[in-house]
Amino acid sequence: MMINDVRAALADDAWLATAAAEVASRPAAIARAFAVAARQVGRDPLGDSGWTRDEAARVVLLESLRLPRSDLLAQVRQLYHNGDAAERRAVLRALPGLDVAGECVDLLADALRTNDTRLVAAALGPYARHLDAAAWRQAVLKCVFMGIPLSVVDGLADRADDELAVMLDGLARERWAAHRSMPEDALALLDRLSVR
Amino acid sequence: MRIFDPHIHMTSRTTDDYERMAAAGVRALVEPAFWLGQPRTSVGSFVDYFDALVGWEPFRASQFGIRHHCTIALNPKEANDPRCRDVLAELPRYLLKDGVVAVGEIGYDSMTPAEDEVFAHQLALAVEYELPALVHTPHRDKARGTQRTLDMVRESGIDPGRVVVDHLNEVTVGDVLGSGCWMGFSIYPDTKMSPDRMVAILKQHGLDRMLVNSAADWGRSDPLLTLRTAEAMLAAGFSDDDVDRVLWRNPVEFYGQSKRLDLGDAPAEPLFAGNSILRGGS
Repeated sequence: MMINDVRAALADDAWLATAAAEVASRPAAIARAFAVAARQVGRDPLGDSGWTRDEAARVVLLESLRLPRSDLLAQVRQLYHNGDAAERRAVLRALPGLDVAGECVDLLADALRTNDTRLVAAALGPYARHLDAAAWRQAVLKCVFMGIPLSVVDGLADRADDELAVMLDGLARERWAAHRSMPEDALALLDRLSVR
Repeated sequence: MRIFDPHIHMTSRTTDDYERMAAAGVRALVEPAFWLGQPRTSVGSFVDYFDALVGWEPFRASQFGIRHHCTIALNPKEANDPRCRDVLAELPRYLLKDGVVAVGEIGYDSMTPAEDEVFAHQLALAVEYELPALVHTPHRDKARGTQRTLDMVRESGIDPGRVVVDHLNEVTVGDVLGSGCWMGFSIYPDTKMSPDRMVAILKQHGLDRMLVNSAADWGRSDPLLTLRTAEAMLAAGFSDDDVDRVLWRNPVEFYGQSKRLDLGDAPAEPLFAGNSILRGGS
């Protein structure tokens, strides 16, 4: 399910419709709406989309902002830095749909410094194309290290390179030396990169 | 047995504690914002702490199947430091967060005029943000401190049924009982209350509005003293249902008044009628 279908799934939520309209006419209204959204729309998963109702509602609120880019950037940054873990995750997942170009890559860097698997995973969606190669490879390796499935990494097959293979191989050797295992998806990726 | 610890400072505890708590039946807890032992010197230090209470610590707890909630406030001790006072301006945005189920710990430490002001201000925030309040009673001059606490609660206009007055003992329980506030008891290895003394208080004063917590923190304390109190209750003739009431249904009822408790897949035993623990409830 794509974000457009996710948005459609929330189309009949009266609270969200009102809140989104208010945010469109008065951007400052987003601070409160963003914080309370989960209690208003619920937190259930939307089918097998990988989205929950609260996450999708927060994306709708962010996309309702009508601001020039510099103001939008300031607002998005503030919502991230003032957010709890769920709010931060929603900001990260909203980035590809916002008119912020690559300017919010610092938020990904912040999320990737944490040890919270939910934030690390959310940082590796489509917006991660703005991460430079070194940061992106470190992020992929961090997923393997933390046991996050590599399926969360957008564009993995296209972007994985020889240098990532070297890093994965190094981790695998460490693990084997310690009689520990590597996740299956990481080994499969290493195989693909090695035969290329 | 299912246990809800309504007052425990997990920031100061290890993953070993989380493992032991989960094995003992702790399924949910509330972590009040408090003094960290080392005084803070800036507002930024509070903000990072609060962010951990709504970010990193709930994640840590979730690794052990424990639901983590918190309370947010400027604690009474640091209310006396002018470098910390400006954190009051940061509180409102935290009081909107999902995991924040009360304003606290507020109350008195040395009963100074600064503490009076900050206590009154934060009780007003509890009313404005429709949250319960967790009130700490002082370690020194406790009986008069408790009296003054109850006066402050009365003057604030907050519903006493939305206030817990914590760290009570044999001397202070009677006054709080008559006030309509909830009564919190911290079970500690040496100071504060012991499991057997707690059982005697429950026998004398009943189970209504009673909350039992470990208040485990960076001092010598034990996160399993909730369980030990439950065992002491059973040994003294209280029923399994009595234990469930004190150690689960009572804290669910009290913090459920925030309408923000999210107990998710907590055990499917009968929940207290009318509380608001369902996801999305508002």
